Amino acid sequence: MLEFDHVSYQYPGEDFDIIDQLSFRAAPGSFHCILGVSGCGKSTIFRLINGQLVPKSGEIRVGGAPIGGQKRYCGYMPQKDLLFPWRTVWENVALPLEIAGCLSKAQRRDRAEQALRDVGLEGCAAKLPRELSGGMRQRAAFARTMLAGCDLLLLDEPFSALDFLTRISMQEWLLDQWQRHHKTILFITHDVEEAVFLSSSVLVAARTPIRRLEEAHVPAPFPRTRACLARPDMAALKEQLIDTLRKQVTP
Amino acid sequence: MKAAKRNLPALAFLLALVMLWQLGAMELGAAYILPTPAQIAEKLWQLRVPLFTVHLPATLSVTAVGLGISLVLGLLLAVCMDASPLVRKVLYPLVVASQTIPTTAIAPLFVLWFGYGLWSKVLVTILITFFPIAITVYDGFRSASQEMAELLQSYGAGVGAVFWKVKIPCALPYFFSALKMAIPMSVIGAAIGEWLGAQRGLGYFSRRMMTQLDGAGVFAPIVLLSAAAMLCVALVSLLERRVLRWRDGG
Repeated sequence: MLEFDHVSYQYPGEDFDIIDQLSFRAAPGSFHCILGVSGCGKSTIFRLINGQLVPKSGEIRVGGAPIGGQKRYCGYMPQKDLLFPWRTVWENVALPLEIAGCLSKAQRRDRAEQALRDVGLEGCAAKLPRELSGGMRQRAAFARTMLAGCDLLLLDEPFSALDFLTRISMQEWLLDQWQRHHKTILFITHDVEEAVFLSSSVLVAARTPIRRLEEAHVPAPFPRTRACLARPDMAALKEQLIDTLRKQVTP
Repeated sequence: MKAAKRNLPALAFLLALVMLWQLGAMELGAAYILPTPAQIAEKLWQLRVPLFTVHLPATLSVTAVGLGISLVLGLLLAVCMDASPLVRKVLYPLVVASQTIPTTAIAPLFVLWFGYGLWSKVLVTILITFFPIAITVYDGFRSASQEMAELLQSYGAGVGAVFWKVKIPCALPYFFSALKMAIPMSVIGAAIGEWLGAQRGLGYFSRRMMTQLDGAGVFAPIVLLSAAAMLCVALVSLLERRVLRWRDGG
Protein backbone atom coordinates (compact mmCIF):
# COMPACT_ATOMS: atom_id res chain seq x y z
CA MET A 1 0.00 0.00 0.00
CA LEU A 2 2.65 2.55 1.09
CA GLU A 3 6.35 2.39 0.28
CA PHE A 4 9.15 4.76 1.28
CA ASP A 5 12.16 4.17 -0.92
CA HIS A 6 15.35 5.88 0.31
CA VAL A 7 13.54 9.14 1.00
CA SER A 8 15.47 12.18 2.28
CA TYR A 9 14.18 15.57 3.29
CA GLN A 10 15.91 18.69 4.56
CA TYR A 11 14.04 21.71 5.95
CA PRO A 12 15.10 25.04 4.46
CA GLY A 13 17.61 26.69 6.78
CA GLU A 14 18.70 23.38 8.36
CA ASP A 15 22.10 21.88 7.63
CA PHE A 16 21.07 18.21 7.94
CA ASP A 17 18.44 15.87 6.48
CA ILE A 18 15.78 15.28 9.14
CA ILE A 19 14.68 12.26 7.06
CA ASP A 20 17.79 10.54 5.75
CA GLN A 21 17.52 7.72 3.19
CA LEU A 22 14.46 6.32 4.97
CA SER A 23 12.83 3.17 3.61
CA PHE A 24 9.83 1.33 5.03
CA ARG A 25 6.52 -0.09 3.83
CA ALA A 26 3.00 -0.56 5.16
CA ALA A 27 0.92 -3.47 3.84
CA PRO A 28 -2.72 -2.97 2.75
CA GLY A 29 -5.12 -3.10 5.70
CA SER A 30 -2.37 -2.80 8.31
CA PHE A 31 -2.42 -0.49 11.34
CA HIS A 32 0.99 0.95 12.16
CA CYS A 33 1.78 3.43 14.86
CA ILE A 34 4.82 5.62 14.34
CA LEU A 35 6.28 6.23 17.77
CA GLY A 36 8.87 8.83 18.67
CA VAL A 37 9.54 11.71 21.03
CA SER A 38 8.21 15.16 20.19
CA GLY A 39 10.12 16.96 17.47
CA CYS A 40 11.91 13.88 16.13
CA GLY A 41 10.41 14.26 12.63
CA LYS A 42 7.36 11.95 12.77
CA SER A 43 4.98 14.55 11.34
CA THR A 44 7.49 15.31 8.57
CA ILE A 45 6.93 11.75 7.34
CA PHE A 46 3.18 12.47 7.06
CA ARG A 47 3.74 15.80 5.35
CA LEU A 48 5.92 14.03 2.82
CA ILE A 49 3.27 11.39 2.21
CA ASN A 50 0.42 13.85 1.74
CA GLY A 51 2.47 16.01 -0.60
CA GLN A 52 2.80 19.11 1.59
CA LEU A 53 6.57 18.57 1.50
CA VAL A 54 8.57 17.30 -1.45
CA PRO A 55 11.43 14.86 -0.81
CA LYS A 56 14.97 15.93 -1.65
CA SER A 57 15.59 12.44 -2.98
CA GLY A 58 13.99 9.01 -3.05
CA GLU A 59 10.47 8.01 -3.95
CA ILE A 60 7.19 7.55 -2.09
CA ARG A 61 4.67 5.15 -3.64
CA VAL A 62 1.05 4.58 -2.72
CA GLY A 63 -0.75 1.62 -4.30
CA GLY A 64 2.39 0.91 -6.31
CA ALA A 65 2.46 4.31 -8.06
CA PRO A 66 4.57 7.38 -7.19
CA ILE A 67 2.51 9.99 -5.30
CA GLY A 68 3.65 12.74 -7.68
CA GLY A 69 1.19 11.63 -10.33
CA GLN A 70 -1.74 11.00 -7.96
CA LYS A 71 -4.50 13.06 -6.39
CA ARG A 72 -6.59 12.15 -3.32
CA TYR A 73 -4.61 9.05 -2.43
CA CYS A 74 -4.59 9.56 1.35
CA GLY A 75 -6.89 10.93 4.03
CA TYR A 76 -5.10 13.16 6.51
CA MET A 77 -6.33 13.86 10.05
CA PRO A 78 -4.14 16.33 11.94
CA GLN A 79 -3.68 16.70 15.70
CA LYS A 80 -6.26 19.48 15.94
CA ASP A 81 -9.69 18.51 14.63
CA LEU A 82 -9.59 21.55 12.30
CA LEU A 83 -13.35 21.68 11.95
CA PHE A 84 -14.19 25.00 10.31
CA PRO A 85 -16.15 26.90 12.97
CA TRP A 86 -18.31 28.71 10.40
CA ARG A 87 -19.59 25.48 8.85
CA THR A 88 -22.10 23.08 10.32
CA VAL A 89 -20.89 19.61 11.22
CA TRP A 90 -22.23 18.04 8.01
CA GLU A 91 -20.72 20.81 5.87
CA ASN A 92 -17.36 20.12 7.53
CA VAL A 93 -17.64 16.39 7.02
CA ALA A 94 -18.59 16.84 3.37
CA LEU A 95 -15.58 19.07 2.61
CA PRO A 96 -13.57 16.40 0.73
CA LEU A 97 -16.62 15.71 -1.47
CA GLU A 98 -17.14 19.43 -2.03
CA ILE A 99 -13.51 19.84 -3.14
CA ALA A 100 -13.81 16.80 -5.44
CA GLY A 101 -16.86 18.54 -6.96
CA CYS A 102 -18.51 15.37 -8.18
CA LEU A 103 -21.76 15.36 -6.16
CA SER A 104 -24.74 17.68 -5.73
CA LYS A 105 -25.31 19.40 -2.41
CA ALA A 106 -28.15 17.02 -1.51
CA GLN A 107 -25.97 14.00 -2.33
CA ARG A 108 -23.11 15.43 -0.28
CA ARG A 109 -25.42 15.95 2.66
CA ASP A 110 -26.69 12.36 2.41
CA ARG A 111 -23.14 10.99 2.36
CA ALA A 112 -22.08 13.23 5.25
CA GLU A 113 -25.08 12.19 7.37
CA GLN A 114 -24.31 8.54 6.65
CA ALA A 115 -20.68 9.06 7.69
CA LEU A 116 -21.85 10.84 10.85
CA ARG A 117 -24.15 7.91 11.67
CA ASP A 118 -21.16 5.58 11.21
CA VAL A 119 -19.20 7.47 13.86
CA GLY A 120 -22.15 7.71 16.25
CA LEU A 121 -22.95 11.36 15.60
CA GLU A 122 -26.47 11.03 14.23
CA GLY A 123 -28.48 14.15 15.02
CA CYS A 124 -25.39 16.39 15.01
CA ALA A 125 -25.36 17.22 11.29
CA ALA A 126 -26.88 20.69 11.61
CA LYS A 127 -24.93 21.67 14.73
CA LEU A 128 -21.93 23.96 14.75
CA PRO A 129 -18.57 22.48 15.82
CA ARG A 130 -18.54 24.54 19.02
CA GLU A 131 -21.64 22.67 20.15
CA LEU A 132 -19.72 19.35 20.19
CA SER A 133 -17.45 17.92 22.90
CA GLY A 134 -13.76 17.20 22.20
CA GLY A 135 -14.38 13.51 21.50
CA MET A 136 -17.34 14.24 19.24
CA ARG A 137 -15.28 16.77 17.30
CA GLN A 138 -12.55 14.18 16.74
CA ARG A 139 -15.14 11.67 15.53
CA ALA A 140 -16.54 14.27 13.13
CA ALA A 141 -12.99 14.94 11.89
CA PHE A 142 -12.53 11.19 11.41
CA ALA A 143 -15.79 11.01 9.44
CA ARG A 144 -14.44 13.81 7.23
CA THR A 145 -11.18 11.87 6.74
CA MET A 146 -13.17 8.75 5.79
CA LEU A 147 -15.15 10.72 3.20
CA ALA A 148 -11.90 11.56 1.44
CA GLY A 149 -12.49 8.03 0.11
CA CYS A 150 -8.87 6.91 0.39
CA ASP A 151 -7.62 3.52 1.52
CA LEU A 152 -4.63 5.07 3.26
CA LEU A 153 -5.35 7.15 6.38
CA LEU A 154 -2.72 9.29 8.10
CA LEU A 155 -3.72 10.12 11.67
CA ASP A 156 -1.36 12.59 13.37
CA GLU A 157 -1.78 12.37 17.16
CA PRO A 158 -5.54 12.80 16.82
CA PHE A 159 -6.34 12.01 20.46
CA SER A 160 -3.47 13.80 22.19
CA ALA A 161 -5.59 16.79 23.22
CA LEU A 162 -8.35 14.68 24.79
CA ASP A 163 -8.74 13.80 28.47
CA PHE A 164 -7.69 10.29 29.52
CA LEU A 165 -11.11 8.63 29.59
CA THR A 166 -12.22 10.14 26.29
CA ARG A 167 -8.90 9.17 24.76
CA ILE A 168 -9.15 5.48 25.68
CA SER A 169 -12.76 5.25 24.50
CA MET A 170 -11.73 6.91 21.21
CA GLN A 171 -8.90 4.38 20.83
CA GLU A 172 -11.37 1.50 21.20
CA TRP A 173 -13.73 3.21 18.80
CA LEU A 174 -10.94 3.70 16.24
CA LEU A 175 -9.97 0.02 16.33
CA ASP A 176 -13.60 -0.86 15.69
CA GLN A 177 -13.73 1.54 12.72
CA TRP A 178 -10.49 0.10 11.30
CA GLN A 179 -11.78 -3.46 11.51
CA ARG A 180 -15.05 -2.49 9.82
CA HIS A 181 -13.59 -0.43 6.97
CA HIS A 182 -10.31 -2.32 6.30
CA LYS A 183 -8.30 0.85 5.77
CA THR A 184 -4.52 1.10 5.99
CA ILE A 185 -3.77 3.34 8.93
CA LEU A 186 -0.58 5.12 9.92
CA PHE A 187 -1.01 6.68 13.35
CA ILE A 188 1.54 9.03 14.88
CA THR A 189 1.81 9.10 18.66
CA HIS A 190 4.33 9.62 21.44
CA ASP A 191 2.20 7.59 23.87
CA VAL A 192 3.68 4.07 24.13
CA GLU A 193 0.53 2.48 25.56
CA GLU A 194 -1.60 3.99 22.80
CA ALA A 195 0.83 2.66 20.15
CA VAL A 196 0.86 -0.83 21.63
CA PHE A 197 -2.91 -1.01 22.07
CA LEU A 198 -3.79 0.20 18.57
CA SER A 199 -1.31 -1.18 16.11
CA SER A 200 -0.38 -4.45 14.48
CA SER A 201 3.21 -3.26 14.61
CA VAL A 202 4.91 -0.20 16.02
CA LEU A 203 7.42 1.73 13.92
CA VAL A 204 9.86 3.49 16.23
CA ALA A 205 11.66 6.63 15.15
CA ALA A 206 14.53 5.94 17.52
CA ARG A 207 16.76 8.88 16.61
CA THR A 208 16.90 12.10 14.64
CA PRO A 209 17.68 12.27 11.76
CA ILE A 210 15.33 9.40 10.98
CA ARG A 211 17.32 6.84 8.98
CA ARG A 212 15.16 3.83 9.80
CA LEU A 213 12.00 2.94 11.64
CA GLU A 214 12.55 0.01 13.97
CA GLU A 215 9.56 -2.29 13.65
CA ALA A 216 8.21 -4.01 16.75
CA HIS A 217 5.43 -6.55 16.18
CA VAL A 218 2.56 -6.34 18.67
CA PRO A 219 1.75 -9.89 19.89
CA ALA A 220 -1.92 -9.44 20.95
CA PRO A 221 -4.43 -10.54 18.29
CA PHE A 222 -7.42 -8.48 17.05
CA PRO A 223 -10.10 -7.74 18.12
CA ARG A 224 -8.56 -6.28 21.24
CA THR A 225 -9.80 -4.98 24.53
CA ARG A 226 -7.80 -2.97 27.01
CA ALA A 227 -7.34 -6.15 29.04
CA CYS A 228 -4.73 -7.24 26.47
CA LEU A 229 -2.40 -4.55 27.81
CA ALA A 230 -2.03 -6.63 30.99
CA ARG A 231 -0.53 -9.60 29.07
CA PRO A 232 3.12 -10.19 30.01
CA ASP A 233 4.32 -10.04 26.39
CA MET A 234 2.48 -6.73 25.88
CA ALA A 235 3.94 -5.32 29.11
CA ALA A 236 7.40 -6.45 28.00
CA LEU A 237 6.94 -4.75 24.62
CA LYS A 238 5.89 -1.54 26.36
CA GLU A 239 9.02 -1.60 28.53
CA GLN A 240 11.19 -2.30 25.49
CA LEU A 241 9.69 0.66 23.60
CA ILE A 242 10.02 2.97 26.59
CA ASP A 243 13.71 1.98 26.88
CA THR A 244 14.23 2.75 23.19
CA LEU A 245 12.63 6.20 23.53
CA ARG A 246 14.58 6.93 26.73
CA LYS A 247 17.84 6.35 24.87
CA GLN A 248 16.72 9.01 22.40
CA VAL A 249 16.13 11.72 25.01
CA THR A 250 19.09 10.83 27.28
CA PRO A 251 22.14 12.86 26.21
CA MET B 1 -35.46 44.57 26.13
CA LYS B 2 -32.15 42.75 26.75
CA ALA B 3 -30.29 45.28 24.61
CA ALA B 4 -31.91 48.18 26.49
CA LYS B 5 -30.84 46.64 29.80
CA ARG B 6 -27.30 46.08 28.51
CA ASN B 7 -27.01 49.70 27.33
CA LEU B 8 -28.60 51.20 30.43
CA PRO B 9 -25.32 52.38 32.08
CA ALA B 10 -24.19 54.07 28.84
CA LEU B 11 -27.60 55.72 28.37
CA ALA B 12 -27.68 56.94 31.97
CA PHE B 13 -24.17 58.42 31.58
CA LEU B 14 -25.14 60.08 28.30
CA LEU B 15 -28.25 61.56 29.91
CA ALA B 16 -26.15 62.90 32.79
CA LEU B 17 -23.74 64.53 30.31
CA VAL B 18 -26.60 66.12 28.35
CA MET B 19 -28.08 67.48 31.59
CA LEU B 20 -24.68 68.87 32.60
CA TRP B 21 -24.38 70.49 29.17
CA GLN B 22 -27.88 71.95 29.49
CA LEU B 23 -27.10 73.46 32.90
CA GLY B 24 -23.65 74.73 31.81
CA ALA B 25 -25.01 76.34 28.63
CA MET B 26 -27.90 77.94 30.53
CA GLU B 27 -25.42 79.33 33.04
CA LEU B 28 -23.18 80.69 30.23
CA GLY B 29 -26.15 82.23 28.47
CA ALA B 30 -24.42 82.67 25.08
CA ALA B 31 -26.26 80.49 22.56
CA TYR B 32 -24.04 81.63 19.67
CA ILE B 33 -21.06 80.00 21.45
CA LEU B 34 -22.65 77.10 23.31
CA PRO B 35 -26.35 76.43 22.71
CA THR B 36 -28.27 74.18 25.08
CA PRO B 37 -29.34 70.71 23.92
CA ALA B 38 -32.94 71.91 24.05
CA GLN B 39 -32.11 74.81 21.69
CA ILE B 40 -30.39 72.38 19.30
CA ALA B 41 -33.41 70.05 19.33
CA GLU B 42 -35.66 73.05 18.68
CA LYS B 43 -33.45 74.14 15.76
CA LEU B 44 -33.48 70.60 14.36
CA TRP B 45 -37.26 70.70 14.34
CA GLN B 46 -37.41 74.18 12.77
CA LEU B 47 -34.97 73.25 10.03
CA ARG B 48 -36.27 69.74 9.51
CA VAL B 49 -37.35 70.31 5.91
CA PRO B 50 -34.03 71.55 4.41
CA LEU B 51 -31.97 69.31 6.70
CA PHE B 52 -33.81 66.08 5.94
CA THR B 53 -34.75 66.66 2.32
CA VAL B 54 -31.68 68.46 0.93
CA HIS B 55 -28.60 68.34 3.13
CA LEU B 56 -28.83 64.90 4.77
CA PRO B 57 -29.41 63.12 1.42
CA ALA B 58 -26.50 65.07 -0.11
CA THR B 59 -24.12 64.02 2.69
CA LEU B 60 -25.35 60.44 2.67
CA SER B 61 -24.80 60.28 -1.10
CA VAL B 62 -21.18 61.39 -0.69
CA THR B 63 -20.75 58.92 2.17
CA ALA B 64 -22.29 56.01 0.28
CA VAL B 65 -20.36 56.62 -2.96
CA GLY B 66 -17.08 57.24 -1.10
CA LEU B 67 -17.50 54.22 1.16
CA GLY B 68 -18.55 52.03 -1.77
CA ILE B 69 -15.47 52.95 -3.80
CA SER B 70 -13.25 52.58 -0.72
CA LEU B 71 -14.67 49.12 -0.12
CA VAL B 72 -14.05 47.98 -3.68
CA LEU B 73 -10.53 49.45 -3.80
CA GLY B 74 -9.65 48.38 -0.26
CA LEU B 75 -10.81 44.79 -0.75
CA LEU B 76 -9.07 44.58 -4.11
CA LEU B 77 -5.82 45.86 -2.64
CA ALA B 78 -6.09 43.50 0.34
CA VAL B 79 -6.58 40.52 -2.00
CA CYS B 80 -3.66 41.58 -4.22
CA MET B 81 -1.32 42.16 -1.25
CA ASP B 82 -2.25 38.76 0.17
CA ALA B 83 -1.77 37.02 -3.17
CA SER B 84 1.53 38.64 -4.10
CA PRO B 85 4.38 39.58 -1.74
CA LEU B 86 5.72 41.83 -4.52
CA VAL B 87 2.46 43.83 -4.65
CA ARG B 88 2.54 44.13 -0.85
CA LYS B 89 6.15 45.37 -0.89
CA VAL B 90 5.39 47.93 -3.62
CA LEU B 91 2.01 49.24 -2.41
CA TYR B 92 2.07 48.93 1.39
CA PRO B 93 4.43 51.91 1.94
CA LEU B 94 2.37 54.02 -0.49
CA VAL B 95 -0.87 53.19 1.32
CA VAL B 96 0.73 54.08 4.66
CA ALA B 97 2.12 57.30 3.16
CA SER B 98 -1.37 58.26 1.96
CA GLN B 99 -2.43 58.37 5.62
CA THR B 100 0.25 60.88 6.55
CA ILE B 101 -1.34 63.51 4.28
CA PRO B 102 -3.35 65.96 6.44
CA THR B 103 -6.87 65.64 5.04
CA THR B 104 -7.88 69.22 5.80
CA ALA B 105 -4.81 70.45 3.87
CA ILE B 106 -5.45 68.42 0.74
CA ALA B 107 -9.26 68.70 0.66
CA PRO B 108 -9.24 72.32 -0.71
CA LEU B 109 -7.04 71.07 -3.55
CA PHE B 110 -9.65 68.45 -4.39
CA VAL B 111 -12.25 71.24 -4.54
CA LEU B 112 -9.93 73.15 -6.90
CA TRP B 113 -9.40 70.10 -9.11
CA PHE B 114 -12.90 68.65 -9.11
CA GLY B 115 -15.11 71.60 -8.27
CA TYR B 116 -18.02 71.91 -5.85
CA GLY B 117 -19.73 68.76 -7.06
CA LEU B 118 -19.88 65.27 -5.63
CA TRP B 119 -16.41 63.99 -6.56
CA SER B 120 -14.22 66.35 -4.52
CA LYS B 121 -16.05 65.22 -1.36
CA VAL B 122 -16.01 61.58 -2.42
CA LEU B 123 -12.22 61.77 -2.83
CA VAL B 124 -11.79 63.10 0.72
CA THR B 125 -13.95 60.25 1.99
CA ILE B 126 -11.94 57.68 0.03
CA LEU B 127 -8.66 59.10 1.31
CA ILE B 128 -9.82 58.68 4.91
CA THR B 129 -11.52 55.26 4.68
CA PHE B 130 -9.47 53.37 2.12
CA PHE B 131 -6.54 52.65 4.46
CA PRO B 132 -8.37 51.03 7.41
CA ILE B 133 -10.39 48.82 5.04
CA ALA B 134 -7.38 47.61 3.02
CA ILE B 135 -5.10 47.01 6.01
CA THR B 136 -7.69 45.42 8.30
CA VAL B 137 -8.98 43.03 5.63
CA TYR B 138 -5.39 42.20 4.63
CA ASP B 139 -4.71 41.32 8.28
CA GLY B 140 -7.84 39.14 8.15
CA PHE B 141 -6.46 37.20 5.19
CA ARG B 142 -3.14 36.81 7.00
CA SER B 143 -4.95 35.44 10.06
CA ALA B 144 -6.34 32.52 8.03
CA SER B 145 -5.26 29.19 9.45
CA GLN B 146 -2.40 27.66 7.47
CA GLU B 147 -3.36 24.24 8.87
CA MET B 148 -6.89 24.55 7.48
CA ALA B 149 -5.46 25.52 4.11
CA GLU B 150 -3.13 22.51 4.16
CA LEU B 151 -6.00 20.23 5.10
CA LEU B 152 -7.97 21.43 2.07
CA GLN B 153 -4.92 21.01 -0.13
CA SER B 154 -4.63 17.41 1.06
CA TYR B 155 -8.14 16.91 -0.40
CA GLY B 156 -6.91 18.32 -3.70
CA ALA B 157 -8.05 21.94 -3.27
CA GLY B 158 -6.42 24.63 -5.40
CA VAL B 159 -5.66 28.27 -4.60
CA GLY B 160 -9.22 29.39 -5.44
CA ALA B 161 -10.91 26.86 -3.16
CA VAL B 162 -8.57 27.74 -0.28
CA PHE B 163 -9.34 31.44 -0.83
CA TRP B 164 -13.13 31.02 -0.78
CA LYS B 165 -13.39 28.31 1.86
CA VAL B 166 -10.71 29.43 4.34
CA LYS B 167 -9.43 32.94 3.70
CA ILE B 168 -12.75 34.68 3.10
CA PRO B 169 -14.48 33.24 6.21
CA CYS B 170 -11.40 34.02 8.34
CA ALA B 171 -11.32 37.60 7.03
CA LEU B 172 -15.05 38.28 7.49
CA PRO B 173 -14.85 39.37 11.17
CA TYR B 174 -12.03 41.74 10.18
CA PHE B 175 -14.10 43.05 7.29
CA PHE B 176 -16.99 43.94 9.59
CA SER B 177 -14.61 45.66 12.04
CA ALA B 178 -13.18 47.65 9.13
CA LEU B 179 -16.67 48.58 7.96
CA LYS B 180 -17.73 49.74 11.43
CA MET B 181 -14.61 51.87 11.61
CA ALA B 182 -14.98 53.21 8.08
CA ILE B 183 -18.63 54.35 8.37
CA PRO B 184 -18.07 57.14 10.93
CA MET B 185 -14.82 58.06 9.17
CA SER B 186 -16.59 58.35 5.83
CA VAL B 187 -19.24 60.61 7.38
CA ILE B 188 -16.45 62.76 8.80
CA GLY B 189 -14.73 62.78 5.40
CA ALA B 190 -17.92 63.88 3.65
CA ALA B 191 -18.51 66.63 6.22
CA ILE B 192 -14.92 67.93 5.90
CA GLY B 193 -15.28 68.00 2.12
CA GLU B 194 -18.58 69.88 2.37
CA TRP B 195 -17.20 72.26 4.98
CA LEU B 196 -14.39 73.28 2.63
CA GLY B 197 -16.43 73.68 -0.51
CA ALA B 198 -19.95 72.61 -1.40
CA GLN B 199 -23.39 73.85 -2.33
CA ARG B 200 -25.32 71.43 -0.15
CA GLY B 201 -24.75 68.88 2.58
CA LEU B 202 -24.67 68.90 6.36
CA GLY B 203 -21.04 70.10 6.48
CA TYR B 204 -21.90 72.97 4.18
CA PHE B 205 -25.04 73.80 6.20
CA SER B 206 -23.09 73.82 9.47
CA ARG B 207 -20.56 76.23 8.00
CA ARG B 208 -23.32 78.50 6.70
CA MET B 209 -24.84 78.65 10.18
CA MET B 210 -21.40 79.50 11.57
CA THR B 211 -21.23 82.62 9.39
CA GLN B 212 -24.60 83.66 10.84
CA LEU B 213 -23.32 83.08 14.42
CA ASP B 214 -26.17 80.60 14.89
CA GLY B 215 -24.73 78.18 17.48
CA ALA B 216 -27.75 75.86 17.52
CA GLY B 217 -27.76 75.88 13.71
CA VAL B 218 -24.10 74.75 13.71
CA PHE B 219 -24.81 71.93 16.13
CA ALA B 220 -28.06 70.68 14.54
CA PRO B 221 -26.43 69.15 11.42
CA ILE B 222 -23.60 67.76 13.54
CA VAL B 223 -26.12 65.93 15.74
CA LEU B 224 -27.82 64.65 12.61
CA LEU B 225 -24.46 63.44 11.21
CA SER B 226 -23.68 61.56 14.41
CA ALA B 227 -27.13 60.00 14.49
CA ALA B 228 -26.84 58.88 10.85
CA ALA B 229 -23.40 57.34 11.46
CA MET B 230 -24.59 55.55 14.62
CA LEU B 231 -27.63 54.20 12.81
CA CYS B 232 -25.47 52.85 9.97
CA VAL B 233 -23.01 51.24 12.42
CA ALA B 234 -25.95 49.67 14.28
CA LEU B 235 -27.30 48.22 11.02
CA VAL B 236 -23.88 46.81 10.14
CA SER B 237 -23.59 45.32 13.66
CA LEU B 238 -26.95 43.65 13.15
CA LEU B 239 -25.81 42.22 9.82
CA GLU B 240 -22.53 41.11 11.41
CA ARG B 241 -24.37 39.18 14.13
CA ARG B 242 -26.44 37.40 11.50
CA VAL B 243 -23.53 36.58 9.20
CA LEU B 244 -21.06 35.62 11.96
CA ARG B 245 -23.56 33.57 13.94
CA TRP B 246 -20.96 30.81 14.36
CA ARG B 247 -18.85 32.94 16.71
CA ASP B 248 -19.24 32.48 20.44
CA GLY B 249 -22.10 34.62 21.69
CA GLY B 250 -23.00 35.42 18.09
